[in-house]
Amino acid sequence: MAQGARPLSPHLQIYRWYLTMALSIGHRASGVALTVGLVLFIWWLVALAGGPESFAVVQAVMHNFFGWLVLFGFTAALFFHAANGVRHLVWDAGYGFDKEVARQSAIVTLAVAGGLTILFWLLVLIVA
Amino acid sequence: MVEFALPKNSRIEAGKSHAVPDGASRTKTFRIFRYEPEDGKNPHIDTYTIDLDDCGPMVLDALIKIKAETDSTLTFRRSCREGICGSCSMNIDGHNTLACTKAIEDVAGDDVTVYPLPHMSVIKDLVVDFTQFWAQYESIEPWLKTYSTDPAKERLQSVNDREELDGLYECILCACCSTACPSYWWNSDRYLGPAVLLQAYRWIADSRDEATGERLDELEDPFKLYRCHTIMNCTNTCPKGLNPARAIGEIKKLVVERRI
Repeated sequence: MAQGARPLSPHLQIYRWYLTMALSIGHRASGVALTVGLVLFIWWLVALAGGPESFAVVQAVMHNFFGWLVLFGFTAALFFHAANGVRHLVWDAGYGFDKEVARQSAIVTLAVAGGLTILFWLLVLIVA
Repeated sequence: MVEFALPKNSRIEAGKSHAVPDGASRTKTFRIFRYEPEDGKNPHIDTYTIDLDDCGPMVLDALIKIKAETDSTLTFRRSCREGICGSCSMNIDGHNTLACTKAIEDVAGDDVTVYPLPHMSVIKDLVVDFTQFWAQYESIEPWLKTYSTDPAKERLQSVNDREELDGLYECILCACCSTACPSYWWNSDRYLGPAVLLQAYRWIADSRDEATGERLDELEDPFKLYRCHTIMNCTNTCPKGLNPARAIGEIKKLVVERRI
């Protein structure tokens, strides 16, 4: 017998993705994004409490195309995480495990998250 | 632990290419993972092109043909050739399934890629080490446990109670689901994985079994059970059409229900 460690068979490198698999890692990624976004949100609140000078700094950093892109990403992550969270609650209640149902609920989740994000920003653009 | 890249000794290299057979009009190319434990080399991909008019319909037929006619060193497990023994589980065309029930014509890609079950220790070619998988199966004590006095004859079960086991008893323990699960890839040392959890639920759901409480005690653990994040790869890939994700969901529900 040859010595030495046996190799590990390839996994992520070769597995063909399912939609449900993509949403699962998306749920975790959006959760991480929301945590980072929360830090931004707290910075905004603290600056607001600090007075006009500190708030002007936030405005300077965030009130441009890149800042809006970050905020857009934050809301997209928020709506996706919320919609997929509801999907997880339904699973926890014992429903929606059928293979085809899980695929369809993934599509619905993406549609709801995308729709709410677009709706939110239309409202923002109308108000702003 | 989560490690996305393969270890150094597991990186896949280019391999040999076997020529197209003469006079074949309908051909298919198979790209097969090879690993020889005695030559000290890394795994590699060998390419074989076969004549479909001179081969059975299933991927297993093609593997057997290659082994018989082209390359006798190709190593894989197989036995029943009808989807009941679970020996020929492997990753075909990117998804885990049984080579004997996967039709060559159902492969989506141009070439048929064949890898061993993912994130497993490779013994040789498509043969992986199941030691841990079987140890985990043994850990859930997959047999009928009773405490009441033995009846004079066998323990009876109503037709309805028997139906509770449909979708569970059909599992052949081929490990396609467990080795398709990213949670099992990263935590197979502590997470039991979908196949073993479906088997655990098979005994929990059995009306004749009297050890439900202790079975749930044993499973109520952040890793053994709760590494399942409902990724659904298990249910998507099961070659028998079973639903391990639902079985795990039922266990989680029972763990919560008995507290309230």
